[in-house]
Amino acid sequence: MVLQCTFAISGRKKLCGKTEQKVMKHIEAIDVNAYYGDNHVLKNIDIAIKENTVTAFIGPSGCGKSTFLRTLNRMNDYIDVFHLEGKVLVEGNDIYKKKVNVEELRQKIGMVFQKPNPFPKTIFENVAYGLRIHGEKDKKKIEEVVEQSLVKAALWNEVKDKLKKSAFGLSGGQQQRLCIARTLAVEPSIILMDEPASALDPISTAKIEELINELKQNYTIIIVTHNMQQASRVSDRTAFFYMGELVEFGKTADIFTNPTKKQTENYISGRFG
Amino acid sequence: MSNLKRNRRIDKAFKLVGIACTLFGLLMLVIFIGNILVDGLQRIDWDFLTNLPSRKAEKSGILTAWTGTAWILALTAMIAIPLGVAAGIYLEEYGKKNRITAMVEVNIANLAGVPSIIYGLLGLEVFGRLMNLGASLLAGAFTLAILILPILIVATREALKAVPNSLREASYAIGATKWQTIWHQILPAAGGGILTGVILSMSRAMGETAPLIVIGALAYVPFVPKSPMDEFTVLPMQIFNWVSRPQHEFLVNGAAAIIILLLITFIMNGIAVYLRNKWQKKIMW
Repeated sequence: MVLQCTFAISGRKKLCGKTEQKVMKHIEAIDVNAYYGDNHVLKNIDIAIKENTVTAFIGPSGCGKSTFLRTLNRMNDYIDVFHLEGKVLVEGNDIYKKKVNVEELRQKIGMVFQKPNPFPKTIFENVAYGLRIHGEKDKKKIEEVVEQSLVKAALWNEVKDKLKKSAFGLSGGQQQRLCIARTLAVEPSIILMDEPASALDPISTAKIEELINELKQNYTIIIVTHNMQQASRVSDRTAFFYMGELVEFGKTADIFTNPTKKQTENYISGRFG
Repeated sequence: MSNLKRNRRIDKAFKLVGIACTLFGLLMLVIFIGNILVDGLQRIDWDFLTNLPSRKAEKSGILTAWTGTAWILALTAMIAIPLGVAAGIYLEEYGKKNRITAMVEVNIANLAGVPSIIYGLLGLEVFGRLMNLGASLLAGAFTLAILILPILIVATREALKAVPNSLREASYAIGATKWQTIWHQILPAAGGGILTGVILSMSRAMGETAPLIVIGALAYVPFVPKSPMDEFTVLPMQIFNWVSRPQHEFLVNGAAAIIILLLITFIMNGIAVYLRNKWQKKIMW
């Protein structure tokens, strides 16, 4: 896999596995405002997310947490009326600058969606797709990466005998882990998860959470969730969004036991939302 | 209680009306096909397919007509399919959703309903005279291509619309470009629908007569076209020519040619169904 390290800054070349130098702020939003047409959906968001941590975004429906998540890999670009102000820095680089290569950015910032959305192809091809579109031709290498990715996504043992079968034959939980494997295959450093377990049964959910715990050693993970227990189980830090504003952001333990804002307290204690 | 009874009676009545309507359509079709078969079937033999047209009905064949139809179909397909599918992809996947695209959309839908003879006039002026193609196969193919373009564009767009957005997002999210997403994910998923549109539009092109008459296609062509610049006739024109003659023998010829035309249509639709099923097996939903 030939990954260019164009996003590397301050001598840090994590993807190439050379000099590992801790960058504290992996993702940083500075005064981000976002609009759908005239609808002001994100208001003055300031947040800094550290490397190799799990951050949970919580808040009632329509509070802007998914929109904010999608600004981080520019998935909102496809919405014609979407418009963003402010800066989003990933490893110190503003990702909304004109010359930014969006494809490269998305390769670096993977995304897992609410509903498992595997491609209508074989299990193998689902994982190999990312490599193929980025120009990898070496069959051996592709096979290797597919296996590694499936192992990392804790799916290899369940699918190793049916790699040539359709991804749609898998259960919902397996499909979601396949989507994670597909993301891992292009070697991202950040993984965005938009309610990844909300369409899954409790056992599959537990597996995804376990997986998140393992992945955080090597990846920075942001997870949007409606499930407060899930947020408290998997995340190091939690951000509470309400009406387009980032109300509170801090250590998960603090947010859940000792929130500083009244709104946060009301929300996590189930008084609204 | 009586209300319930009434509802059930309405339910039953509607079912009967539905059956009657369906049967009416079927009956008409059976009468039509039966009639044609009785008239024309005994006329079809190898000579009928391989003979040139002649003044004597019993010696006439449809060689020039079906070769002309084959030429026209092939040329029209080559012109219309790339244009129509590409335009459909642009409008659906690339075009911003604003007032201009909305207007284009409405206009395309309207174009699909414009009488075909108008396309004939357009073809005569633009392809026949301006581009100096005369009454050649190429002029005819261009005219028919323009005629079926709206159908193709609409069918392509509908097929693309049916592809779930989650598929696009999945592809974009691992760093695929728009074109890679279209080529590797969306087109394969929409292929069955696009193919159906293609075949339907080609069937339409095959049956068109009016625009070809306008551009000056001949009813009597004593040779098989050898190049796209040759003059030509097609099956529907040959049929039209024969059925407008007073002699009974020519009517029989017309019926026989209709059978061949229907046969080609059925074969094309059959191929469409076959291809679509095969396609759907490859896409692993």
